[in-house]
Parts: sequence; C-alpha cells; structure tokens
Amino acid sequence: MNKIRIIFIREYTTRVRNKTFLLSTFLFPLIFILFFVGSAYLSANSISKSKVAIKDETGLYVNKLKSKETVEIEYPENVSLSNYRSIGYDALLIIYGNENKADSVRLFSEKQTGLAVDEAINSQLTRIDEDRILQQKGVSTVMLDSIRKATEGSPINYRSYKQSGTELKEDNKSLSYGIAFGSGLLIYITLFVYGAAVMRGVMEEKMNRIAEVIVSSVKPFQLMMGKITGIAAVGLTQLLLWILLITILSTGASFFLGAENLAEPGVMSGGINAMNQQNELAMKMLSIKANMMQANWALIIGCFLFYFLGGYLFYASLFAAIGSVVNEDPQEAQSLMLPVTMPIIFAFIIMTSAIENPTGPMAVWGSMIPFTSPIVMMARIPSGIPETVAYWEIGLSMLLLIGGFLFTTWMSGRIYRTGILMYGKKPSWKTMMKWVVGGR
Amino acid sequence: MNSLLDIQHLKKQFASHLAVDDISFSLGKGSIFGLLGPNGAGKTTLIRMITGIFYPDAGNILFNGKAYNPEKDPSNIGYMPEERGLYKKMKVGEQILYLAQLKGLSKKEAFDKSRYWFEKLEMTEWWHKKVEDLSKGMSQKLQFVATIMHEPDLIILDEPFSGLDPLNAEIIKQEIFELAKKGASIIFSTHRMEQVEEICDHIVLINQGKKILDGSVSEIKQQFKKNTFLIEALPDNALFPSEQFQVLNQKSNRWEIRCQPDMKTNDLLQYFMNQGKQIHAFRELLPSLNEIFIQLVDKQKEKSN
Repeated sequence: MNKIRIIFIREYTTRVRNKTFLLSTFLFPLIFILFFVGSAYLSANSISKSKVAIKDETGLYVNKLKSKETVEIEYPENVSLSNYRSIGYDALLIIYGNENKADSVRLFSEKQTGLAVDEAINSQLTRIDEDRILQQKGVSTVMLDSIRKATEGSPINYRSYKQSGTELKEDNKSLSYGIAFGSGLLIYITLFVYGAAVMRGVMEEKMNRIAEVIVSSVKPFQLMMGKITGIAAVGLTQLLLWILLITILSTGASFFLGAENLAEPGVMSGGINAMNQQNELAMKMLSIKANMMQANWALIIGCFLFYFLGGYLFYASLFAAIGSVVNEDPQEAQSLMLPVTMPIIFAFIIMTSAIENPTGPMAVWGSMIPFTSPIVMMARIPSGIPETVAYWEIGLSMLLLIGGFLFTTWMSGRIYRTGILMYGKKPSWKTMMKWVVGGR
Repeated sequence: MNSLLDIQHLKKQFASHLAVDDISFSLGKGSIFGLLGPNGAGKTTLIRMITGIFYPDAGNILFNGKAYNPEKDPSNIGYMPEERGLYKKMKVGEQILYLAQLKGLSKKEAFDKSRYWFEKLEMTEWWHKKVEDLSKGMSQKLQFVATIMHEPDLIILDEPFSGLDPLNAEIIKQEIFELAKKGASIIFSTHRMEQVEEICDHIVLINQGKKILDGSVSEIKQQFKKNTFLIEALPDNALFPSEQFQVLNQKSNRWEIRCQPDMKTNDLLQYFMNQGKQIHAFRELLPSLNEIFIQLVDKQKEKSN
C-alpha cells in the first residue's frame, strides 16, 4: 500500500507540474466562458437586417410580404439579378409563375443569408398562399383578418411540465439536453485523454526499461495501480478546477455585465440603442443563469464524478495492459487499441440517441453495461431522477461499473505483469488470454 | 563463510523452452560472484527470479538461510539491469529519492544517503539536472548509485561498466570492492572476461539454461590448465625436438610449450639449458577465462547438435 502511495505521488506531482496540464486547466474555463459570453453577446447583437428586394412575376404577392425582425422587404421597380446589389439590396427574391399560381421561388444573394431570413420569407409565402386559397373558396377578407388576429395576437401558450409526485416542475428540455450532451462528451474526451496518458506512461516505462528496475522493488500490480490512481487524481484535480473556475468566472462575468449596465442608467438619446443592447445582453445572461439554476447540480456533478472515475478506472487498466504489451512500434499500439476504443466510440453514438430518448431500450441497456454506461448514463441522468431514470437503475449501473472495473483491473494486471518485461514480438490475443488464465 | 544466497535446483519454463534448467549454487557473504554465459543462456531469467520478478517453476531460493520472501527481501537487493532505465523527464535528485523510497527508505534517509553518494562520486551538481541531459556515462553512474543506495546485502550488476570511460569504470570498480569489503555480496553478470578475472572471486558459467561450471577463478584456471609454459631464452635458433613436449609456437626468442603431463618443469628448463640456451624468463600459461568460456560453450554446442 505504501509503495502504491509513493508511485501515486510521483505520478501526480510530475503530471500536475507539467506545462500542458497547467495550460489546459486554466485555459479551458477561460475559453468556455469567452465562448459563452460571446455567444450571448452575439445573439443580443446579431439583429442585423438583410435588405431583400422582391421581384414578383405573378403579381399575387405584391406588397403582401412584410418586413420582419430579420428582413427588410421592399418591392423596387425594374430590379433584376444584375442590378439588385448596385441599388442597395442584400438579396433578390424572384417569384416565378403566372397570375394563378407561383411555380417556384428563388432567393439570390452574394453573401449567405441566415436561416432566419429563409424562415421569415417562407412562412409568409405559405400564409399568403393560404389566405388566397381561402378567399377563393369564399372566405371573406373580414373573416380572414379576424381569424388571423385571433391566432396572432395570443399564440397558444405551450409549456411542458415534469411531474414528480404532486410537484410540478417546468421541464427545461434544452437545458437537460445541453447538460446530457456536455457531460457525456466530457466523459468521452477524458476517457480518451487520460486512458491514453496511462498507456503512454506504461509504454514509456517499458521502453526506458525502468519497469525492470521498479518491479524488482515493487509488484507490477502496485506499479500499475499507482500509475492509474495517480492519473485519476490528476483528472479529478483538473475537473474540479474546471468546475470551480467556470463557476467563479461565470459569476464574475454576469456580475460585471449586470453592474456595468446598471451604472449607466441616464445615457442620452444617442446611447439608448447601445444601452438597450447592454440590457439585452445582461437579460440574456440572467435568463441563462436562471435556466441553469433549474438543474439539480449537486446530483449531476456527483454522478458525473462517479461515472468519470468509474469509466476511467474501467478503461485505464485496459489501456495499461495495451501499453505493457506494445514494443517500440507505435503502430502496434494503434491496432491493439481498436478493441478498447471501439466501445467508447459506440457509447458516444448510443449517447446521442439516449439524449433524445432517455428511456428507449438502447439507452437503458447502454447505461447498464459498464463498457458504455459512463457515457450513456450521464446522458440520461439530466432528464431526471427518479422520474426518467429510476433509483434502481442508477444503483445497478453503478454496481455493474464497480464490478466491471474490478474485473478489468484484475485481468489487465495479469497481462501487464508479464507484458511489461516482454520484449520482441507483440503477443497475440491468444497468448495474452493465456497470461490471464494461466498460473502465477 | 556463511552463504547469503542459496539457489537450489531452480527451474523456469517458458512457453517454448526451458530458460533455466536445474541450476544450483550458493553465494557467500562479501563475495564477488561472476555470472557468465552467452546471450540467451538464461542469465537474465535467473536474475529475475532472484530479484523476485519471476517465480521459479521449481526449486528454492534461500535468502539469508530462509525461504525467499517476495514481500520483504527485494528491499534487501539492489539490481541494475543491463538495459538502463530512468525517467528521462525527471530531475536527477527527485529520481534518486523516488527509487530509494520504493526500496523502503524514508524520505529523510533517502535524502541523506543520496547526498552522501553524490558527494562521494562527485555528482552533486547534477541534482537539479534532468536525466535526459545527462551523458550515457553519467546516467550509468546515477543508476549505480540508485542500485546501491539502500545498502542492500545483495547487489546484482548486469554489465555495470558498459558505456563508462576508463576513469569512471575504475571509480565504480573501487566502489564495488569497497561494498564487498563491507559485507555486501555482489553478483556480476557480464561477457567481459578480463573484468571477471580482475574482479570476481567465484564464477558460475551457464549455457542453454544449465550450469556448466562453478568454482573460484583460480581453481577453475588450475582445472583447465594444459601444462603450457612460456620460455624466453637466447639464442633464438630452433630447438631440437623432444617427445616429452611440443612447441606450440615460437616467436623469435619466445617459446610456447606444452609438456606431457608427467614432465616436470625443472626437466623442461634443464632441456633448454642442455641445448645451450640462456633462460631469461619462464612462467606457466594459465588459460584465460575467455578461452575456457569459448571452449565450454563450443563443446556444448557440438553436443546439442
């Protein structure tokens, strides 16, 4: 035990002092927050209107298309493909057809127009067509207007709720999607990053022949466990620092933006627009924050750490076993890694469908089997415990994962202790199985 | 002399071949022991069993008279493998402290001892260097210190001088003698026979997993001597042949002569004097370990073919 500790300390300290570690630990939260603030900022400021000229060959749509938030629509005369830019339009919409019916509608522009422009034009065209057909069928203009008013003025208030016992919670699907995808992706990436770190560490010890010096003082299993737990601690340190730094930075950012906004209430007319934008940005941040608060963070972070650690331990020993049998040629590592990386990639694929459908059979099975459960379960948990994921499911999944990593550690330990001292030809899978099953 | 290590009928089978086949020997306290053999003879496997890396399939290893304890005894062994291994990116000082702690020293002890050895071998200014910045000879010295720092009873050195310049080789050699004087037993594995003759007092030769020779260096030389003598005499004209001996080689005034087993050396000298020669030098030619080694290994090769 004491020797595992010594190895653990070495692994931990040399890695934590490493420049790459420090850089990635402190840069990632910064980039994350910048991205976050940046996207909030952009969404508050991105109301840049596209000016669209309409050339209606049918005459059915004249002056019926209206300007919206994202588009400014005009019907200039004598506009054509060759001149719309020179007379100051971003895009030209040509409606082909005859006075009975539009055959096709084409939008031309130099720069790509946003999806919002397409959406604004398309929905209006459909609406205008509907109106025309209804009128042809005998619906009066007055009646049509009143129908439109009734539906436009008060859109149906649609919200979904989650029922837990007698309590109703507003169901924030996009939030749980986000958390599910984010945590699944993070586990996916960390499995690869830290798994590969274990493998490279083992390979380094084997290549340097230091393994032989060390296993003459400690058991190979102790060496392997010291390395795996040391790197696990590095991973946990990094994750905890990320969580901490992101919390601090995001609080700081929203406070900063909010305060600045309140500090200039009496901006003169010229600044009103700017102030509005500031306000809007602060509001956006606030609403995102309020949204975020709906999630059960303690539970999610707790589960995340468990599945990160469990998944890491499950795979790390397999990566260690691979590292131990590889010789000088990194090509060998590639081919041996495939059977280990495949389930991780597969888990990621299951995860994407599990986010959409957290109770489907793929999701449920994927979240039980230890090969995929760390990633898939993290995709299911944000949609609710115990409403979507029953307590027994989580319990069983965790137990299986613990059992799984005990098994892989045992198996890898047996491959590792032979492989670490074997030089020359790469052993076949059959030979490796013999090491596992064989005697001492 | 008490023996520190007793190897009894040790066997180790690998998938396709018998790496170590029924090898026994014992190693006295304070002795320097040469473990010799051609490449692939089973030396490394044998050493790995002694250091507890491999378990023997059969046979016993007694350490200090007791059955080998893989938990405790490794901390009483220092092993320097032929292929040197150090963490390249680590600093020299940290590395030495780490390796010493793995051998069971406390951090304080490790620090004090490493200081002592670094000063003794003039390595103090390396402490903050990275291992990758050391020359081959320097890292060799570092590895030697790492091997002996915890003052083990048994020190196993696999080709300890490879890569060292003569000056540093001499320093290490003196340290080996000193350690042996203090009571440590040393197993010295090498192909360099002249070093074995110089350093070892006892050797074991193994080939194809089997022990083919065991004894003290002088005994073995006596055992393999072939009554060969060197005589320097003048004048250097040809010698009248005799049935009692055979001239193996004559170079100007030096004769290499092999006598019949019953011929006495005085008779040989007498014969020379009777031929009117003035004798300047006379000595027995003992076979070098190198010759014995080649002879035995070749013989075994013929046998197995």
